[in-house]
Amino acid sequence: MKLHIFAALSFGLIAAPSVALASNGADILKSQCMSCHATVKPEKAGLDHIWERKGPDLYYAGSKYNKSWLVKWLQDPIRIRPAGEFYRKHVKPGDKEDVVDESTLTPHVKLSKTDAEAVAEALMALTGPVGLVNKGAFKNEKVSMTMGAMFFNKLRGCGACHMAKPGTGGLSGPELYTGGERLQADYIYSYIKDPQKFDPHIWMPTLNLAEPDLQRLTGYILQLSASEGK
Amino acid sequence: MNTRQRVSAFFVMSLASASCFLYAGKATAADDQYAQAAHVYDTYCVQCHGINRDGKGLNTKDMSVQPRDHSDPKGMADIPDDELHKAIKEGGLSVNKSVLMPAWGNVLTDEEIKEMVVYLRHVCQCGPK
Repeated sequence: MKLHIFAALSFGLIAAPSVALASNGADILKSQCMSCHATVKPEKAGLDHIWERKGPDLYYAGSKYNKSWLVKWLQDPIRIRPAGEFYRKHVKPGDKEDVVDESTLTPHVKLSKTDAEAVAEALMALTGPVGLVNKGAFKNEKVSMTMGAMFFNKLRGCGACHMAKPGTGGLSGPELYTGGERLQADYIYSYIKDPQKFDPHIWMPTLNLAEPDLQRLTGYILQLSASEGK
Repeated sequence: MNTRQRVSAFFVMSLASASCFLYAGKATAADDQYAQAAHVYDTYCVQCHGINRDGKGLNTKDMSVQPRDHSDPKGMADIPDDELHKAIKEGGLSVNKSVLMPAWGNVLTDEEIKEMVVYLRHVCQCGPK
């Protein structure tokens, strides 16, 4: 009996700071993040939602991001989407092709280390609907970067909208050279497989890729941060 | 300018003004007809085909194959409607074109794709085939 009480008290002492941190993070989410991000699943996620939102939905952030990356990024937010969210609202005709209209983009809120840790904790608790991410789908098999790059750029056309290294590739999608550091493997796999499941009406097509393609592209993106993002 | 010339000038100007209003009325009606397809185009197609529908989108700087210029009447007139529909639904490879044009069949409904083909004919001003 005494042992049980001791164990319960010990757990309480250890767990308490974490709970307090998440609570503080939830308050910050409410006061600073919710005007641009959906932290609960929108009831009607129509095309209007894509046009109206100012940042990506965060109601499944805990199934998407790596916590260590969140803590780091929230203190020093470097733009992930070169043309912002939503790209169509931040482009203008240029001399040769359309270009990003930088004057319409606003920098992301920067947090202190303590607040970044608290917000990351709160975000990791937002895991989204059950089954959204296919847990364990990525088999973590070794992927050749040469083959990965060939599929990413030439055979499946991902490079049309995403940058696999800084300065090269498309600008309407998020850059992926920090994707491995930023994103969970099973999320990458699941999102490539069916982007519309996460983001109904998103401007990324659902390509009906075969299993080897999904494994290969996920493995490639995971390695990008280590090999080319630094 | 004598009185007769003044009257003639007045009629010419009145006629021109009336034509402008008539044209503006027609343009508005036409724009309404294509509003939904134009909105879909703005969401999905502009990233590669450009704000001006001229194939000079945001993503084209490093593309090995440049996207179709939808404002080009000659180039667009050579493509039948069913090929346009297939390219949008099943992607560029399905019509022996670039893989960089993805399949939108899982995102757009058949009806939306049909409306898009009609809208593309409006953009290119090259009529249905």
